[in-house]
Amino acid sequence: MNQPTDSKAKPPAAAGNSGKASTAVTDWEKRILEPTLAKSPERQKEFTTTSLYPIRRLYTEADLDGWDPASDLSLPGEPPYTRGIHASMYRSRLWTMRQFAGFGTAEDTNQRFRYLLAHGQTGLSTAFDLPTLMGYDSDHPLSEGEVGKCGVAISSLDDMEVLFDQIPLIDVTTSMTINSPAAVVWAMYLAVAEKQGADWKRISGTLQNDILKEYIAQKEYIYPPEPSMRIVIDTFEFGVKQTPKFNVISISGYHIREAGSTAIQELAFTLRDGMEYVEWALRRGLKIDEFAPQLSFFFNAHNDFFEEIAKYRAARRIWYKAMTERYKAQNPRSWALRFHTQTAGCSLTAQQPMNNVVRTAVQALAGVLGGTQSLHTNSLDEAWALPTEFAATIALRTQQILAHETGVTNTVDPLGGSYFVEALTNEVEQAAWDYVRRIDAMGGMVVAIENGYPQREIAEASYRYQMAVDKKEKIIVGVNDYVTAEKPLEILQIDETVAHRQAARLNKLRADRSSAEVERRLNALRRAAEGSENLMPFIYDAVKAYATLGEVCEAMRTVFGAYEEVAIT
Amino acid sequence: MPEKRIRVLIAKPGLDGHDRGAKVIARALRDAGMEVIYTGLRQTPEMIASAAVQEDVDVIGLSILSGAHNTLCPQLMKLLHEKGMQDVTVLVGGIIPEADIPGLKQAGIAEIFLPGTSTQDIIDFIHKRVAQPR
Repeated sequence: MNQPTDSKAKPPAAAGNSGKASTAVTDWEKRILEPTLAKSPERQKEFTTTSLYPIRRLYTEADLDGWDPASDLSLPGEPPYTRGIHASMYRSRLWTMRQFAGFGTAEDTNQRFRYLLAHGQTGLSTAFDLPTLMGYDSDHPLSEGEVGKCGVAISSLDDMEVLFDQIPLIDVTTSMTINSPAAVVWAMYLAVAEKQGADWKRISGTLQNDILKEYIAQKEYIYPPEPSMRIVIDTFEFGVKQTPKFNVISISGYHIREAGSTAIQELAFTLRDGMEYVEWALRRGLKIDEFAPQLSFFFNAHNDFFEEIAKYRAARRIWYKAMTERYKAQNPRSWALRFHTQTAGCSLTAQQPMNNVVRTAVQALAGVLGGTQSLHTNSLDEAWALPTEFAATIALRTQQILAHETGVTNTVDPLGGSYFVEALTNEVEQAAWDYVRRIDAMGGMVVAIENGYPQREIAEASYRYQMAVDKKEKIIVGVNDYVTAEKPLEILQIDETVAHRQAARLNKLRADRSSAEVERRLNALRRAAEGSENLMPFIYDAVKAYATLGEVCEAMRTVFGAYEEVAIT
Repeated sequence: MPEKRIRVLIAKPGLDGHDRGAKVIARALRDAGMEVIYTGLRQTPEMIASAAVQEDVDVIGLSILSGAHNTLCPQLMKLLHEKGMQDVTVLVGGIIPEADIPGLKQAGIAEIFLPGTSTQDIIDFIHKRVAQPR
């Protein structure tokens, strides 16, 4: 396998040092800077990003030594896509405003979806509750207390039909944040599309389906890595043939960052996850240019403005190099990294929550200047609960203000050529490749995960950050400085009636459907799981007969077993 | 004679897998000289109560972000009581709406730490509480 050829980036110099300075800069330091510093010394000894990455005082041409604008920067829509994947970017088409929503029952969330669409949102994104994410029905004992709390409760095709009632799937693109049971929920979605008469070849949307980051960060896994990867590749194979416009995966750094990683770790682990999926798909016999155009990515937008922008730009360049050099992709659609961005939930403060509107706006701006294809902006109350309609509306309006009032969409990649942004992009890229090479040497991401490597790296970074906050080396407004007394916020409360309503629906469903037919199809799925056939058609058959999510996941659990991680602290 | 080290069980009840807070607290308490046992993810109240008995802990720290606290906390407190562990200090850290706090305290939760709490505040609280005869 080819190693990346990039060697342009230089290691960061010590903080306060302006790198390999040119004569002019050396002269400036003597004449101008030194007297200034003598009069007004700098506020801190070291300046670092949110990820505690050192930033120098000044960036000049000297920081771009060996960097070639023709090949490293190029032009928008052209390899290596540093300046973005579209030639005319937001001048032609704004990003998709895709607010993640889901709570209570399918009926509750259907109403919120229709509200958001009526207020100018351009795509849907579904949040599922914890039982659904873990493959349990709402009436399973382990679901107690969790039904409808963190998202919508979906236990069967019956619920899915209600969720998308009066929403034409042929017109609206839908993203579904579901991972271990992704194949099952996707089968339900496709069944709804079929009922609506929407052509599978024309519907579009995104299935998160990224199990690797579950083991690394979010921890909503069911089966061990091997069978989980098999199911993911089954969905790739199925999607290539049946739903050519659907993103079969959203390879996600978001959760890795929320778990406390640095920006560089988010970038590196996410792209190495992407390479892992590619390698498993190639081993299955899929052709790179057949499936790569259906891969998509998902990144966090955290507080440190330029670090985030550098991360997105570096991501496109790394993916282009991986696609062309490691995997020999020929189709330009395989080369271009498309991504969704969500502002950082972990950056929101429970204290003085109105300040979160400002944080979110700045983070969203970083996503836009980084060239995102779609965007979710968090609501001001999300450090407390799922958003109220009031808070969700401000979050959507924030995107509309960025799009229509700030002027940042008037030109393509306005930051291209900035010494700082280009130098940081180079450094972030180089540091990410270092991680990629380390994981390659371990034998790939699945092995690295089983050894706890990315988990340990993230835990270490998250602890360092917490210590910096506790020592006030990093100031969080309203939390460790500028603290004021305040009144509690009005928040959305989900009560236990949701669980009761779901239990009643499930009882009725089980009474109304043909149990013999459900059993027959679940048996067929179990047999297929024991063999090596693609599981998607069997899962689809089972959900069509109204087998529940819990039953389908349990059928596979009996074959694949359940995964338990070794806890790392 | 060296002082007996405070023993703490850090647990994550419920289905949620967001363990950043639990891990940071486990390490901060360990760095502060306490004996820390981390249960790992998805512990039922029964599993947590049994672990608390088995490990003979002074403190249980629960990390809950999912909104299931009103179900999980009273279940755990009842089990601890049944096992004669009513003296153990139970703390909750996470996303807890302010309206739910009085109910949780009434159920026997000693303190609730909301987002933004410094690890030092939690360490100080435990030292003060465990030193007190109850």
